[in-house]
Amino acid sequence: MELLIDFFSFEYANIKYVIFGSILLSVSSSVVGCFTFVQKKSLVGDVISHAVLPGICIAFLASGSKDPFFLIFGAFVTGWISIVAMEKITKNTKIKEDAATGLSLSIFFGIGIVLMTYIQQSGNAAQSGLDTFLFGKAAALVGKDLIAFSIVATLALLVVMIFYKELKLISFDPQFAKVNGLPVRRLELLLTSITVLAVVTGIQAVGVVLMAAMLITPAAAARFWTDRFHKMIMLAGFFGAFSGISGAFVSFAAPGMPTGPWMVMILSVIALLSFFLAPNKGILIKLLRRISIQRQLLEENMLKAFYRIGENSGDHFERVSKGDLRLIRNFSSVQLKKGLGNLRRSGYIKEDQGLLLLTQEGFDKGRRITRLHRLWELYLTKYLRIAPDHVHEDAETIEHVITPEIEVRLEQLLNYPEADPHKTQIPSI
Amino acid sequence: MSTEKTIISVDDPALEVHDLTVSYDKKPVLWGVDFTVPKGALCGIIGPNGAGKSTLVKSIMNLIEVSSGFVKLFDQELDKVRKQVSYVPQRESVDWDFPASVMDIVLMGRYSRLGLFKRPRKADKDAALKALEMVGMEKFSKRQISQLSGGQQQRVFLARALTQDAEIYLLDEPFAGVDAATEKAIVGILKNLCNAGKTVIVVHHDLQSVESYFSWVLMLNLRLVASGPTQEVFTPALLEETYGGKLTLLSEVGDLMQKGAFNAREKQ
Repeated sequence: MELLIDFFSFEYANIKYVIFGSILLSVSSSVVGCFTFVQKKSLVGDVISHAVLPGICIAFLASGSKDPFFLIFGAFVTGWISIVAMEKITKNTKIKEDAATGLSLSIFFGIGIVLMTYIQQSGNAAQSGLDTFLFGKAAALVGKDLIAFSIVATLALLVVMIFYKELKLISFDPQFAKVNGLPVRRLELLLTSITVLAVVTGIQAVGVVLMAAMLITPAAAARFWTDRFHKMIMLAGFFGAFSGISGAFVSFAAPGMPTGPWMVMILSVIALLSFFLAPNKGILIKLLRRISIQRQLLEENMLKAFYRIGENSGDHFERVSKGDLRLIRNFSSVQLKKGLGNLRRSGYIKEDQGLLLLTQEGFDKGRRITRLHRLWELYLTKYLRIAPDHVHEDAETIEHVITPEIEVRLEQLLNYPEADPHKTQIPSI
Repeated sequence: MSTEKTIISVDDPALEVHDLTVSYDKKPVLWGVDFTVPKGALCGIIGPNGAGKSTLVKSIMNLIEVSSGFVKLFDQELDKVRKQVSYVPQRESVDWDFPASVMDIVLMGRYSRLGLFKRPRKADKDAALKALEMVGMEKFSKRQISQLSGGQQQRVFLARALTQDAEIYLLDEPFAGVDAATEKAIVGILKNLCNAGKTVIVVHHDLQSVESYFSWVLMLNLRLVASGPTQEVFTPALLEETYGGKLTLLSEVGDLMQKGAFNAREKQ
C-alpha cells in the first residue's frame, strides 16, 4: 500500500515520466491495433516490428548518433516498405498472404540482425544501447527520447480521431468506400503509416518480440466485451493504459523487473479474464447458461412425469413416491434429490407425509410441457412426414424450447387438435 | 449464329458501356461489351457462372481496371456523378463479425456526404431509420450485425444504399442465399425505385423470375449476347446461346493471351 502511495505521489521525478511514457506508448498501439485486428491482419504487427530493425541500424550508420528522431525516421521507412512489399507480393505473384508475411518478416529482420552485428563489432562507442530496440526500455525512457516517442504516439492517436469514420469504413467495406469516392488507397496507406508509427513507439516499451502482443491483445480482449467498434477502441485503449501503469509500478516496486514484459503479462491476464468472464461471449457465462438449462430440463421433465402419473390414475393431485416417478422416467437419485428440492423451493410441488404432490402451478406447468410435447409430435408427423414412432425423441427437446407465441401458431396450424399421433389426448389449457 | 439485332441501344441512357474489355492477369474475362440501359429500367444481368456478371458491375463501378473501353453514367464519367450512383456489393464481400450495429452499417451510406471530423447528425440518423423502415428492418437497428440472417444482411446492405438517395442503383447478386420472403420484399422496393424514375441494375441468377422482375435484360457469357427489353430479347434462342456452354475458341484464345502476357489491346 505504501508502495502504491509512493508510486502515485510522483515524488521521484523519474516515475512521472515513466508512467506518462508507458501509458502513451501502450495506448497508441492498443488503439491502432484495433484496426489491424478487425481487418484480420494481426500478423502485420509482427512484420513491422521485425522490419524496423534494419531502418534503425541504417539511420544510426548514416547519422552516427542515437538521436531518436533519426532512428524513428529510419524505423518508419523500413517498417513501411515491409508492409507495402508484402501487399505487392500478394497482389502480383502467386504467393499467398501467409507466405508473403513470413517472407517480408524474415528478410527484413535478417538484414537488421546483420547490420546490428556489424555495428556492435565496429567498436563504435556510441552504439551501446542501440539494442534496447530489440528488448524495449520503457522504464528508462527519459528526456529527448520520451518527447520524440510521445509526439509520434500522439500523432497516431490524432489520426485515428480525425479519420475515425473513414478508417472504420475502409476496414469494413473498402469496395463501398471506393464507390463512394473515398480515397481508399490513400486511407489504407495512412492506416499502414500509423500502424508503423504505433509499432515503432511500442517497441520502445516492450521490444521487437513482444510488440505483436501490444498491438493485438488489447483489441482481442476488448472485442469480448462489446459489439461496437468505438467502444472496442476505447476499451482497448483503457486496457493499454492500465497495463502501462501496472508495468511501471511493478518495475518501481521491484527494481530488477522489466517494465515492458510486465505490461504484456498484464495484458495477457486481462485477455484471459475477458475470455472467461465477459458477458455473452465469456466461457463462464456460457457454462452458467448450460447449467441453468440443464436444471430447467430436469425440472420440466419431472413435472411432466408427475402429470403422466396423474393422467394414468385420473387424479392429478394424488401423492406420489420417488419410486412412482422412476417408473415413468429413469431419474438418477442425484437428479431426484436435486430436482425435487428445486421444485419444492419454487412452489411447484409440496411434501405430504413423506410423499410428494403437485401444487396448482406445478400442475399447470406439467400440463403445458406435456401439451407442447404432443403438439410437436403431431406437427412432425403432419408436416415433416416423420413416422409416429420416430417423433418422440425430437419432441423431448423441442418441448422445452417452444415459446407461447409459437405454441399459438402451432395450434392454429394443426387446427386445434385433440389427440397426438399415438392417439393420446393433448391436454388443453 | 443468328445475325438479327440482339443488342438494342437507346438514346439518352442512364448507363452506357462502350466496347469494354476486362482482363484478369492478362486473360480477358469480358470481350468488347457494348450496351446502353435506359433511364427508369429495372435491368437484370444474367448469364452462367463465370460469365463475368460481377466483373461487369465492378468495372462499371471502377473497382477493377479495364483493359479498354469506357463507362458513362448519365453521359458523365463516374467521378463526376458519384453522388447519384449507389452500389450494393455482394453480401459475402465483407466480414459480418465486424463490431458494428445495423445502424452503424446503414449510416455508412451517409459518410460520403459528411466531411472530415463530422459525425453523423440527426438528419443522417433519420435517413438511416427511414431506409431501415423501407426494408422492414427498423426493429433491428441496434442489433449486432453478426446476429443477422443472410436475408437480413442483404436488407441492411440495401438500406445502406437507399440512404444515398441515388439516381442509379447497382446490386451484385442481392438474392444469393436469401429467403423467398426477403427476395419478394427486395423486388418490391426495386420496382418502387423504378416507378420513381430511378434506374436499377441487378446481377441475377434465377431464370424463372426474369420475366416477372425485369423490364430490361442483359445476357452475358464472356461477351454480350443480348441487351434489350425483356419481352424482345429473353427468347429461347438467345438463352440457348447464352447458356449453351462457353465459346471454347474464345476461352482458348484468352488462355493464349495469358500465357504470352499480351495486352488485350495493343498500345496505340
